[in-house]
Amino acid sequence: MMSAASQETAVSTGRIARTFIYLVLLLFSLYYLLPLYVMVVNSVKPLSEITGGNMMALPQTFTLEPWASAWSTAQIGVEPTGLKPYFINSILMVVPAVAISTILGALNGYVLTKWRFKYDGIVFGLLLFSCFIPFQIVLIPMAVVLGKLGIAGSVSGLVLVHVVYGIGFTTLYYRNYYAAFPTELVRAAMIDGAGFFRIFWRILLPVSGPITVVSVIWQFTNIWNDFLFGVSFGGTRQPMTVALNNLVQSSTGVKEYNVHFAGAILAALPTLLVYIVAGRYFVRGLMAGSVKG
Amino acid sequence: MGFLDISNVTKAYGNVEVLHHVDISVQEGEFLVLVGPSGCGKSTLLNMIAGLEGISSGDISIKGKVVNGVHPSKRNIAMVFQSYALYPNMTVAQNITFGLEMHGIPKAERDKALAEVAKLLQIDHLLSRKPGQLSGGQRQRVAMGRALVRNPDVFLFDEPLSNLDAKLRVDMRTEIKKLHHKLKTTIVYVTHDQIEAMTLSTRIAVMYKGYVQQLGTPKEIYDTPANLFVATFMGSPAMNILPARVVTENGAPHAEITDADGQKRHLRFSGNGIASWANRDILLGIRPEAITDPEGADRKSGNVQQIRNRVTVTEPAGSDTFVTMTLSGKDAISRMRADSNVVPGETFDFAINMDKAVAFDPESENRIVV
Ligand SMILES: Nc1ncnc2c1ncn2[C@@H]1O[C@H](COP(=O)(O)OP(=O)(O)O)[C@@H](O)[C@H]1O
Ligand SMILES: [Mg+2]
Repeated sequence: MMSAASQETAVSTGRIARTFIYLVLLLFSLYYLLPLYVMVVNSVKPLSEITGGNMMALPQTFTLEPWASAWSTAQIGVEPTGLKPYFINSILMVVPAVAISTILGALNGYVLTKWRFKYDGIVFGLLLFSCFIPFQIVLIPMAVVLGKLGIAGSVSGLVLVHVVYGIGFTTLYYRNYYAAFPTELVRAAMIDGAGFFRIFWRILLPVSGPITVVSVIWQFTNIWNDFLFGVSFGGTRQPMTVALNNLVQSSTGVKEYNVHFAGAILAALPTLLVYIVAGRYFVRGLMAGSVKG
Repeated sequence: MGFLDISNVTKAYGNVEVLHHVDISVQEGEFLVLVGPSGCGKSTLLNMIAGLEGISSGDISIKGKVVNGVHPSKRNIAMVFQSYALYPNMTVAQNITFGLEMHGIPKAERDKALAEVAKLLQIDHLLSRKPGQLSGGQRQRVAMGRALVRNPDVFLFDEPLSNLDAKLRVDMRTEIKKLHHKLKTTIVYVTHDQIEAMTLSTRIAVMYKGYVQQLGTPKEIYDTPANLFVATFMGSPAMNILPARVVTENGAPHAEITDADGQKRHLRFSGNGIASWANRDILLGIRPEAITDPEGADRKSGNVQQIRNRVTVTEPAGSDTFVTMTLSGKDAISRMRADSNVVPGETFDFAINMDKAVAFDPESENRIVV
């Protein structure tokens, strides 16, 4: 009797609680989606509709003109190039930077967990420490280093900066992931005659999917969205973020809000895409790394 | 010199020595079991044989060749791990042939070896599965297949059965023994289970606190344990250890113990070796199966001593009944036939087979030859 009664109340309060939770979640979603809505809606309106009307209203005349302008003709700084060349700069920077920092992080994690050496704890501690260094502190030393290497103001310079800055994070991810990987497997492979790289390639890497997704998403978003390194070291090969700023901040003529909105979406598109494609694995990989590590 | 020689080997982690001067020589085709409680250094020693752990001092040689610095893959050994250590991303077939592939054996030969091993272990139907799709017993077989396919000089097993349930463990134990009979390969096998050690081995090394306490055949270990640790670690239920005093009666040495009522009882030793311990305290060791009802006493024994004593508890275990009584102030367990009619609280006659009794020096805990 007692238990049946309490079960019933449990069910009914559960229903109320659930409705409440869904309501709250819905509100949050709306709150987060609102800016996106504003951006999309206004990027397909003629400028007159924005300046003369309501930001929240749907377009009366639909146009892709702002997108075309943002992509190829808008004034970026002094050149009417559109965002296209900068988008390419960003791609050229982000792809190698993500790939290199992820591969190095995986190798570091592998060595730090499976090929222990003297003072490996200190090495890991220092790498971890690098995650907490604010960008601003490294600006001047980095400028000196890039100058000495002769790659200041180039895409390779930016790649180097992002690789150096990213290794701390990628190492942390892979180290925690591989710490949960049974060492007996590595020993079995050693007895089987596999060497250092063969064990990495054939035994560890095939099961590293989830954490690789985490590392790639993390690195991609951070490097793509970075502004400070880009504006400091980009020189003539500046990334998308800097160009977007120049587009929005350009003081000549009227402010073409519709073009700005289109440009902003263009700048956000790649990270959005990465999340949609790999987001599912992102959560799974984060859990695997943190729970087991 | 043996097939596998461990000579004066020590292992230290930093300042802590975990293995002290281990000397074991294994003949070709032997089944050596390293047994001891957790943390005694069994796995460490096995890993040193495998080359997975460095040797702090001493030598390990296989077929007369010192292998101290030799890479694990070049020692021609194979190892079965406690967790099986199957590569999760590879199929059973790939798992088994990975080692051959790494050693550059051509595909045709690999497939032939795989087919042979799969047949031997009856895992033909599993070859295309991943380890995640196998039961514990099947994983165990695959792990053995991976070791067998290499045709190694020495097999190393580190607690290979400890992750299986009780029934499967007994089955696999028999299977491993059969396999050894068939292949006659030298095996070093680590376990903390003394029954596994007794049933599988041709010789046992009992280890404790980083020392080899005793090295001998299962019978030697069981009947003439070198010291108190070996005596109590091997055998289940454990050997009864009774404080006793050596007294001389009719010119022959006897063990003086007390029964449940504190009455002194004398049990004649079978030999005269302990005569020099007259009027000194010892620890008398009697295995549970050496205390029986008089009808159940071993007829081949030349020295069965009868004693009347009160029973504290009886534990029927199906095949036997374990009877607890007090001797020399300690609980002593006797293994009786299942249908013996003893009742707790009453007194009965018991027969003690003194041919099987052992004695220990209470100070050094080493065995005294009786
Ligand atoms: N890497 C290590 N560093 C320090 N001590 C260790 C290490 N590996 C094992 N030991 C110690 O060595 C002893 C023997 O360990 P092990 O051979 O694993 O025991 P067993 O296999 O008999 O349970 C234990 O006391 C253990 O704590
Ligand atoms: Mg062990």
